[in-house]
Amino acid sequence: MYLRWFHKLSSPPYFYRLASILSPWLSGLSIALIAAGTYGGLVLAPPDYLQGDGFRMIYVHVPSAYLGMMAYVVMAMAAAVGFIWRIKLAHAVAVSAAPLGASFTLLGLVTGAIWGKPMWGTFWQWSDARLVFFLMLFFLYMGYLALRGVTEDRDKADRLSAVLAVVGVINIPIIHYSVEWWTTLHQGPTITRLDGPSITMDMLVPLLVMIAGFSFFFVWLLFVRLRGEILVREQKSRWAQELMQRSRV
Amino acid sequence: MTPRRRQRMVLIAMIFSGVAVSAGLALKAFQGNLLFFFSPTQVEAGEAPDSRNFRLGGMVVPGSITRETGSMTVNFVVTDYAHSIPVQYTGVLPDLFGEGQGVVVRGQLSEASNFFAEEVLAKHDENYMPPEVAEALAQSEKAREP
Repeated sequence: MYLRWFHKLSSPPYFYRLASILSPWLSGLSIALIAAGTYGGLVLAPPDYLQGDGFRMIYVHVPSAYLGMMAYVVMAMAAAVGFIWRIKLAHAVAVSAAPLGASFTLLGLVTGAIWGKPMWGTFWQWSDARLVFFLMLFFLYMGYLALRGVTEDRDKADRLSAVLAVVGVINIPIIHYSVEWWTTLHQGPTITRLDGPSITMDMLVPLLVMIAGFSFFFVWLLFVRLRGEILVREQKSRWAQELMQRSRV
Repeated sequence: MTPRRRQRMVLIAMIFSGVAVSAGLALKAFQGNLLFFFSPTQVEAGEAPDSRNFRLGGMVVPGSITRETGSMTVNFVVTDYAHSIPVQYTGVLPDLFGEGQGVVVRGQLSEASNFFAEEVLAKHDENYMPPEVAEALAQSEKAREP
């Protein structure tokens, strides 16, 4: 049963329709959650005992960094499925996720630097494992996009870039555990701790809302990009031509 | 699964594990270089380089901060609760610098085991709370002490 559904899902016209139906819902949900999280983070949450209002950067920095890593996992998994089973849609997912993940990663880097200057006393430290491995994540995205850019044949680009995407996923656990394996300037995990989050509820709830909002935002943009990517890849097929004919009216 | 698909799966799994193992070995080899700072205990044990700059990390001992009048020079003691090292620094301090706070200083150790810092960074921990909660925690801690 699941297999049949999976098969149906991997059919480009079916997925195109599904993405078209879900997109407005995803956009509404993500905008509502991000608005609520912003209000909660900037207005409702109390200032931190040490950092004062400066801590509020957490409400953008943590969701961005999280999505930067999650988008990579999505990209790598899609690329692996595409590589092994030669599913066209899977490669389209990987291609569509890459620029989104790169943007979230860049946002994480920039917000971290802006927070770091007043709090740590420095924008950037080349000796900090967390910082450097996270920068490497950005370079992996760039490498993936560059590799696709220089490979003319799309099928070949799909296969080559899939290998790079899958190999680069090793960086994700390294980023996550870097603050535990080595001494770093970057602090340890606040939410994913064995003995529960070390942040009070009134500060944590807006953060979780923000993370959910950013996640839906990512899926929404992924679907928007995917629809374009599917049409480009399927431009010679009948359903795509009919669809483009109709929308031209 | 068709033989071709199995072949591709084995191929990508082998490439992945090959790179994973080499990454693991490389990180293990660079273990020492990946550490951002040394603790006072490591410095006492002679693990830190003595001829060039390195970073020392720990807590600022409460009550140890003294400022020299008429200059930007500040003295404080960094501890990991086992060993302590006195630090001298001249310059601007980050916002989070304070007594009982984490700190990472970069500089050199003198003959007399004094640390002369060129750069002071505040290390924030993973705790976030409103001021009232922090105050209540400090109060209950005080109540527990005899």
